[in-house]
Amino acid sequence: MGGYTGEELTAIFLMQGFSGLSLFCVFLLMALGLAIIFGQMGVINMAHGEFLTLGAYITYLTSYLASDVWPFLLDYYFPVAIILAFLGTFILGYLVERFLIRFLYNRPLDTLLATWGLGLILQQIFRSVFGPREKSVVMPDWLMGSYQATDMVDIPLNGLMVVGITILLTIGVFILLYKSRWGIKVRATTQNRTMANAAGINTDRVDRLTFALGCGIAGVAGAAFTTIASTGPTTGSLYIVDTFLVVVFGGAASLLGTVASAFGIAQAQSILSFFLSGSMAKVITLMTVVIILMFRPQGLFASKVRR
Amino acid sequence: MSTQSVVKASWMDKFGGRGKLLQILIIAILILGVLPMVADIFRLNLYGKYLTYAFVAAGLVLCWGYGGILSLGQGIFFGLGGYGMAMFLKLEASSPENTAIQSTPGIPDFMDWNQLTELPWFWEPFHSFPLTILLILTVPAFFAFVIGYAMFKRRVGGVYFAIITQAIASIMTILIIGQQGYTGGINGITDLRTLMGWSIQTDFAQYVLYFACGIALILCLLAGQYILNSRYGQLLIAMRDQEDRVRFSGYDVANIKIFVFVAASVFSAIGGAFFTLQVGFMSPSFVGTVASIEMVIFCAVGGRLSLIGAAYGAFLVNLAKSSLSESFPQLWVVAMGALFIAVVMLFPRGLAGLVSDYAGPVRERLAGLFNRKPPAPKVEAPKPESARPQKRDGVSIGSAQETH
Repeated sequence: MGGYTGEELTAIFLMQGFSGLSLFCVFLLMALGLAIIFGQMGVINMAHGEFLTLGAYITYLTSYLASDVWPFLLDYYFPVAIILAFLGTFILGYLVERFLIRFLYNRPLDTLLATWGLGLILQQIFRSVFGPREKSVVMPDWLMGSYQATDMVDIPLNGLMVVGITILLTIGVFILLYKSRWGIKVRATTQNRTMANAAGINTDRVDRLTFALGCGIAGVAGAAFTTIASTGPTTGSLYIVDTFLVVVFGGAASLLGTVASAFGIAQAQSILSFFLSGSMAKVITLMTVVIILMFRPQGLFASKVRR
Repeated sequence: MSTQSVVKASWMDKFGGRGKLLQILIIAILILGVLPMVADIFRLNLYGKYLTYAFVAAGLVLCWGYGGILSLGQGIFFGLGGYGMAMFLKLEASSPENTAIQSTPGIPDFMDWNQLTELPWFWEPFHSFPLTILLILTVPAFFAFVIGYAMFKRRVGGVYFAIITQAIASIMTILIIGQQGYTGGINGITDLRTLMGWSIQTDFAQYVLYFACGIALILCLLAGQYILNSRYGQLLIAMRDQEDRVRFSGYDVANIKIFVFVAASVFSAIGGAFFTLQVGFMSPSFVGTVASIEMVIFCAVGGRLSLIGAAYGAFLVNLAKSSLSESFPQLWVVAMGALFIAVVMLFPRGLAGLVSDYAGPVRERLAGLFNRKPPAPKVEAPKPESARPQKRDGVSIGSAQETH
């Protein structure tokens, strides 16, 4: 790293750290839904990226309505869009569980293939409905501009917004899983289905809601995603392989592990990409993760529960 | 499945008995006799390309269908084989005379465009044809061994293995695209014309390559049948159904898995090498996650428990792909997606399963007509497999979760 003074290095780390933060948010937003669906239920949902894309497109539609049809609503559409994105993906997730996933619980590898197929179909539907080109939402005024921290550093407001949503959503998922009655039911079902049934938990219903909720979270993630990037038919699938690696690396059943690994991977990748080319940064980061996983397959934060 | 070993052990039992050999004979006649007669050379070249995927599908039958290990990274090995062959052909195409206009003659054109002034070290062995063949077979085997050793010795299986192999396929694509000067980048290695001074673009050459590919495929199918009916194959089936019991019987389950994964990788690499020869180029789009998971669907459609079925599956899905995507490109993506769902939900044993369900009884009746001997165990043997797919995956979750 010759040629850089200490001060410059600090500045580089800070700047790359901020850009890593947005990558971190994308990873974490996607991984949160997966942490529930894959981490808790053990279902591989390869169509998860498409659920994110769906949420993003719903947000785009809402913003389109708000800007072209009822312009006076433009300032307020975003919270509405988040709710709509959640509902839309929640319902689709519910249906997918009901008609597809339900039959495949004891065949995880087959679930992987079926959901990949579902993802392909959804992608093509997006392409036919919205066209192959990327769509950007119309941003309300209060999301434009930036916050001037010092005269060197300035942080765009939409980036801050995404960080805020990510933090809120993470806390929400944490409370849901570990502090609510529903969370107890989910964990009971995944740990021992028969006993959970015997204890009076309707495990079929728990499964359906868990899967739908994971998809709904992907929808909210999609809504947040629109504020920092535009949406195309394959937006979600670009991140799916990385996100699965994030969840596995964190330790599948551990939410804290997911957060830590999303942070680690995103930061390593964006700091490395300053010194190397972007693709080499990604290769080195992911390769390191894969090699660590070969030595420690249970991930960073292994759950102590014996399943 | 050599249940008649009590009667008399014949050499045929080593390949799964007379029935299986007959099926291989039929596919050999189709590939080497019928197709070349009905198709012109343009179509035949395309068919040859489809057949290269049959190598991969056959490998997947071994490791996924029988071993319960779903690799979403077969494209890696297909790519390693394909790139190995492409590097040899490219070096031959960029002899100093052919590349005299470059600023550094004698190196491939894309290296020159990327300001490289000498051949990278890992390209050097590809000057020699025997060394190239050796590397095409050993490099993928080595990679598969390392991946398999690291994962299976730690009892990582099922879903985790699938995700990690997929990640490796993704990494490899990014690496190839990113290192344009060494690999040709996203365009891949193109402009391949001759194999040891022999043009591979003439009609005659394409016939020769097609037949070579077909014969190699038949040999691979025979090798696969041999593996399945050897002691390893028996252990593989036992392991898929009751992994713990095999382990408690004193076998090292990991070794069996590594062996079958390496075998599958070598099959894929051979397919990749023939792909390069017949198509005339190699690019990262045949390596990545999408290509790799499509290879799994070839195998699933043909029948994950049937080597021969998988070969048909690879051929038919590719045939459908090119005829549908020529006329309705959008429809093909949806059809492919539907195929993934249908093959999992409706016919998990694929075409081979359908054939044995419907053709089985007919064959039994025919056999009854022609010979008076009781046809008993031969037809009965494959039956129990029908119940297995569900059970097998159940076992693989167990093994994935043991790691927690």
